[in-house]
Amino acid sequence: MSVPFVESVLLGAILSGMPVLYAALGEVIVERAGVVNLGLEGVMLMGAVTSFASTVRTGSAALGVLAGATAGGLFNLILALLVVTRQANQLASGLALMFFGAGVSALLGAPYIGSRIAGLNPLQIPGLAHLPYLGPLFRSDILAYLAIPAAALVWWGLFRTRWGLSLRAVGENPAAAYAAGYSPPAIQYQALFLAGLFGGIAGADLSIGIVKTWAEWMTAGRGFIAVALVIFSRWHPLRIVWGAVLFGGAVALQLQFQARGAPVSPFLLDTLPYLLSLGVLLVWAGGRRHAAPASLGRVFEGTK
Amino acid sequence: MHNVEPLVALRGITKSFPGILANDRVDFDVYPGEIHALLGENGAGKSTLVKVLYGIHQADTGTIQFGDRAVQIRSPHDARRLGIGMVFQQFTLIPALSVVENVALFLPHLPAVLDHGVIARRIEEVSGRYGLAVDPWAPAWRLSVGEQQKVEILKLLLARSRVLILDEPTRVLVPHEIDGLFRVLAGLREHGYAVVFITHKLPEVLTCADRITVMRGGTVAGTLVRAEATERGLVGLMFGTAWPEEGSSRREPIRESARPLLELREVDTSGDGVSLRQITLTIAPGEIVGVAGVSGNGQRELGDVILGLTQTAGGKKIIHGQDATRWSVDRIRRSGVAFVPEDPLRMLIVPPLSVLENMALADTRKYARHVGLTVDWIAVRRDLEQSTRRLALEMLPPAVPAGTLSGGNVQRLSLVRELSIDPRLIVALYPTRGLDVRGATAARHLLLAMRNRGAGELLISEDLGELFSMSDRLIVLYRGRIVGEARPKDTTVYEIGRLMTGGVAGG
Repeated sequence: MSVPFVESVLLGAILSGMPVLYAALGEVIVERAGVVNLGLEGVMLMGAVTSFASTVRTGSAALGVLAGATAGGLFNLILALLVVTRQANQLASGLALMFFGAGVSALLGAPYIGSRIAGLNPLQIPGLAHLPYLGPLFRSDILAYLAIPAAALVWWGLFRTRWGLSLRAVGENPAAAYAAGYSPPAIQYQALFLAGLFGGIAGADLSIGIVKTWAEWMTAGRGFIAVALVIFSRWHPLRIVWGAVLFGGAVALQLQFQARGAPVSPFLLDTLPYLLSLGVLLVWAGGRRHAAPASLGRVFEGTK
Repeated sequence: MHNVEPLVALRGITKSFPGILANDRVDFDVYPGEIHALLGENGAGKSTLVKVLYGIHQADTGTIQFGDRAVQIRSPHDARRLGIGMVFQQFTLIPALSVVENVALFLPHLPAVLDHGVIARRIEEVSGRYGLAVDPWAPAWRLSVGEQQKVEILKLLLARSRVLILDEPTRVLVPHEIDGLFRVLAGLREHGYAVVFITHKLPEVLTCADRITVMRGGTVAGTLVRAEATERGLVGLMFGTAWPEEGSSRREPIRESARPLLELREVDTSGDGVSLRQITLTIAPGEIVGVAGVSGNGQRELGDVILGLTQTAGGKKIIHGQDATRWSVDRIRRSGVAFVPEDPLRMLIVPPLSVLENMALADTRKYARHVGLTVDWIAVRRDLEQSTRRLALEMLPPAVPAGTLSGGNVQRLSLVRELSIDPRLIVALYPTRGLDVRGATAARHLLLAMRNRGAGELLISEDLGELFSMSDRLIVLYRGRIVGEARPKDTTVYEIGRLMTGGVAGG
């Protein structure tokens, strides 16, 4: 295999994997708090369009990332209102949020279709940026560098802080957390807002970090892949990193096949990363005892 | 007798729920350094009273004095801030979290960044002082029921509770664990803690309580110090009547030659919990086989394998002379096997469905009309009433969701339902757990009556007295194996107890 081929796949694995990683890190936080957010796709789209528009308007990619994250966080609060305050069904609310996000982002993004921006600048790491094979990894933008430390930070937050403990308790048994003096609705609001920030950053990474353009529904199912990654990582932020890189690698691989004119229908090649996700779920589904938060998807009705 | 002030004084507590007056002008004091038993039948108002004290319910009228000031306890949070803690019947441990994390969750003033090692050391320090040894790093799902209770108590101690409320703490424990708990409580008393424990078992009260408050029908029937309490006197206060008759109409079992209802031949299982090893067992018509053992030694697995909930990994299961090793649960039930499970709310009763609907689930074919398109609710109701009458229980409200019934009433419902089909073989796990004296007596009578009519029964129980008085044969389970078998008249509680804890027969 040629050096450019390996380089492209590796680089692609990181580039395509990191938005999924950010989104999945957010999702693992909400799911550990007992909420499934199927609207993640919509949150990412909102983050992508807001950050792109802000970058075009202000010319600052940093402000773009900030705006994208904020938009994601605020957008997720809609879900919090539905499923925490109004105790609506999480799956139905999540799907509604996804379509809402897709629609709103298309509307907001319409004026920007075709715009090109410089986006986030690549930061070269001296001494590493010109290594064979691995070189491209060290010519990435700031969001790509921060993704894996972010996974470590989420792990630390969930497993080594009081806030993380109370959050996991809410996801396992909100009544017990309530009895211990914590407020499950407050914690779920916090978790959803934080997850929204991550989802928004994921969208920003895609629109101003990688593609540097805006297209309708440019996430192409990555939000759902992120939800699947959370399950196959058995709700563990560090295992998500592997899943995200694997998914990114599959995306890059199929792009390389297409670019090199492999004698396979491009439509079939397009499905490769998703086939891989299906396969991983098939093999890993079920999983071990007490892996899934026990109260995931349930409504906490308070104590009457 | 008390020269100290009460730690907590409840005065004139009245609490009503739609349709019932649960507490009617109740006065209740707790002193530091005392074990105060709260005794009464199911529904006497004990739980309501302590829930008022713990802030889960707010009293309609009445006052709570804590030390020398009047307090309002609006939530469990308020209660804990005052130093009042409670261990519920259903433990609130989170299975996926470790002991350290479960305890940490409950600590006030927990630092924002956790140091698990520091918390583990605090747990070990306190658990060493009071005999509450438990591995702080174990995930809670791996703990036995007795250990879970220890963690619940540790949680309260580490959170600096001075008043510990225990709601029927002995209900889930085996005899030697109960002794252990009483030693723990005695140690706590020495250190000035106040312990309130709810029970309806008289011997426990007389063994371990300093003072006894008896409740009946939502009011206090009397408060006694232990020296002036007698079993007879307490029963009088509890029921306002004489001791309910406990006479077992024993009769010799049907001759041994009768074809067994159930035969297990060298059955093995494999699974998450305890694995059964080489279980060989027969149950003949008209025979009660009692299963003794410390809980968690394969009792649940034995019941599951007979009912077909778990498949055997080896060996043979024969029901009514036919090889039933691979029969489905449905086929086994239809062949006349009834099941009274350990945890009816999880295994038998569907909580959101009404009592009547749960009854209909016992045999949906029997009640189906018009090729299964409708259900004959009149027949269901008739069977519910008949079966309730036979058990000499009070009729349960048919329209109420089963999940809202009290623990004792859920157990009643599961007995009423399972025994209504007139089974030939009954597998009963802890059938009297959670029932008060009257309910337990009625359930035992019924099980004996079914046996006298020719049913075979497997009785799994933690109550050795119950096993000895009811069983024709006893087997002892230890780590998934049968380690002993005897007729009750040929053995002693001491001998069985030794086998249960891994001792060797005769030696």
